[in-house]
Amino acid sequence: MSLAENVTLRQPVVEFRNVTKRFGEVVAVDRNSLSVESGEFLSILGPSGCGKTTALRMMAGFDQPTSGKVYIRGEDVTGVPAFKRPVNMVFQHYALFPHLSVAGNVSYGLRQRRPKPSPAELQKAVGEALAMVRLEGYENRRSYELSGGQQQRVALARALINRPAVLLLDEPLAALDRKLRREMQIELQNLQRDVGITFLLVTHDQEEALSMSGRVCVMRDGRIVQTGSPRELYDRPVNRYVADFVGKSNFFAGPRPDTVVSIRPELVEIAANETALPTGLVVTLSVKVLNRIFLGEHTEYRVAHEKMGEFMVLSPRKSERGSGIFEIGDTAAAGWRPEAALVLAAN
Amino acid sequence: MRYYAAFIYIFLYAPIALIVGFSFNSGRYAMDWQGFSLQWYGKAFSNPLIVQALTTSLTIAGTTALLSAIIGTLTALGLERVSGLVRHLFDALIYIAIMVPGIVIGISTLIAFVTLFNIVNPWLLAAWNFKVEMGLWTVIAAHVLFNIAVVCLLVRARLSGMDRSLVEASEDLYATPLGTFRQIVLPLLTPSILAGFLLSFTFSFEDFIIAFFVAGPNVTLPIYVFSSIRRGVTPEINAVGAVVLFTSFALLIAAQAILQRSNRKLKGA
Repeated sequence: MSLAENVTLRQPVVEFRNVTKRFGEVVAVDRNSLSVESGEFLSILGPSGCGKTTALRMMAGFDQPTSGKVYIRGEDVTGVPAFKRPVNMVFQHYALFPHLSVAGNVSYGLRQRRPKPSPAELQKAVGEALAMVRLEGYENRRSYELSGGQQQRVALARALINRPAVLLLDEPLAALDRKLRREMQIELQNLQRDVGITFLLVTHDQEEALSMSGRVCVMRDGRIVQTGSPRELYDRPVNRYVADFVGKSNFFAGPRPDTVVSIRPELVEIAANETALPTGLVVTLSVKVLNRIFLGEHTEYRVAHEKMGEFMVLSPRKSERGSGIFEIGDTAAAGWRPEAALVLAAN
Repeated sequence: MRYYAAFIYIFLYAPIALIVGFSFNSGRYAMDWQGFSLQWYGKAFSNPLIVQALTTSLTIAGTTALLSAIIGTLTALGLERVSGLVRHLFDALIYIAIMVPGIVIGISTLIAFVTLFNIVNPWLLAAWNFKVEMGLWTVIAAHVLFNIAVVCLLVRARLSGMDRSLVEASEDLYATPLGTFRQIVLPLLTPSILAGFLLSFTFSFEDFIIAFFVAGPNVTLPIYVFSSIRRGVTPEINAVGAVVLFTSFALLIAAQAILQRSNRKLKGA
């Protein structure tokens, strides 16, 4: 809570004011306004081609907006090239310099300063930066001798050593295998807390965005659809797009043609018959089990109702103690509480 | 098919092997084996005409390689920044420069030089009592002309294989455009520039046809060999030929090794 109070007092680290970027006929980013608060971990989430990477590149200074303004720490940096901006980026494929050692890579940013830091200062700073990413003693290695995860950490150290106003991360985990990705998610979160630097991450992976960041900004076709905490996005999506992209959801015809009713599969209760269902449900339906996917701690059912059509149910193993697991073709009862059903804009 | 292939290889390489072999002959006549000796190498290197020709050739090759490496690299970098018609046009011109036979380059540059001299010499004579004529620099100019294309091709292959985000990463880490060029682009291009330098040196060093047209009174090593062959092939000429061959081989292998090593590194990264 105290963090949230602090944040409101500070000025945004990065701010987009009505930023548009066109590439010829294509509008990559369409009238975006966005504030990145100091010390937060913000993710921009969207499918490929939604303009999230272009937005990131405009913060870094690789691309300049067609119209609108970009501010860093309250200063208008629109049109300022990348090398004059106090931000650093971790590239998707790390972009480590192959002809330099790990130390040469990590110290690169500091070595551009005038007057140049002394070799002793550089050595100390590189040592600290490598310790931060748990790569002590790797100074003299070459980037091509390192594993994917190690290269990733060198890229992080190379950026963080400069204490940037904001660290930009462009799909940083996409090139890692699944297990390593989980580890790096936790590591990134811890790192962000430890160094207190603002992180801005761009990803198409909703799980990554929801698990790591304090705030998520969902983009679609160059526009920001919704910004909020992962919980807000999940519990109170503004429209069908967000509900669909952030987690899974069932959609039914809404009260008006331009609306839908969204119900999360885990909020649907399922039992052998109506009397076995918990009390307080607003809708109870008799359904037929069409398909079953065993997910370990959950079982995902695809069920069909005469009028409502097909929908998904995510049933925790715990609740199966009474009813047991359903077989394909079984008849069962399903229902939900009134607050489970959200009426959303269809678009 | 295999016999044909063997026959073709013998046909191609037997003369070269013979020249190298007979350069170690102790006898006086080129094709009359008397025993092993290095005496003809000693004789060749103490012949002032040969040493003079070798110096001329080395000067031309060295200058050509240096100029071609610089201009070729700049051309490659420039072509990265243009697109569309201009790029296609220059791409075509570069390939043409490599494909055009030496004799065409020789004749056309000769005509170009003579025409140029006829135009500028009256002015130069009138103004500074000085005139330009054929010399080392005309050979160098003609050699640079097609070696630019060689260097340019090598450097462009390297540039296109280079990850664009390396340049962006450097800029992101506060390096100015010039700083990025010096610290990132140039070091990554160095192997291909070096390979281009060595290839240009080789092509210039062993060129006979172009030099024959535009060298004026100067004698390069290939021209010397050509003119002395008319007096019969001596083991001395064999020794000179073997030296040219070994030098070219060494440089070509070095260029290939540099390129392969650096490509492996770049790929591994």
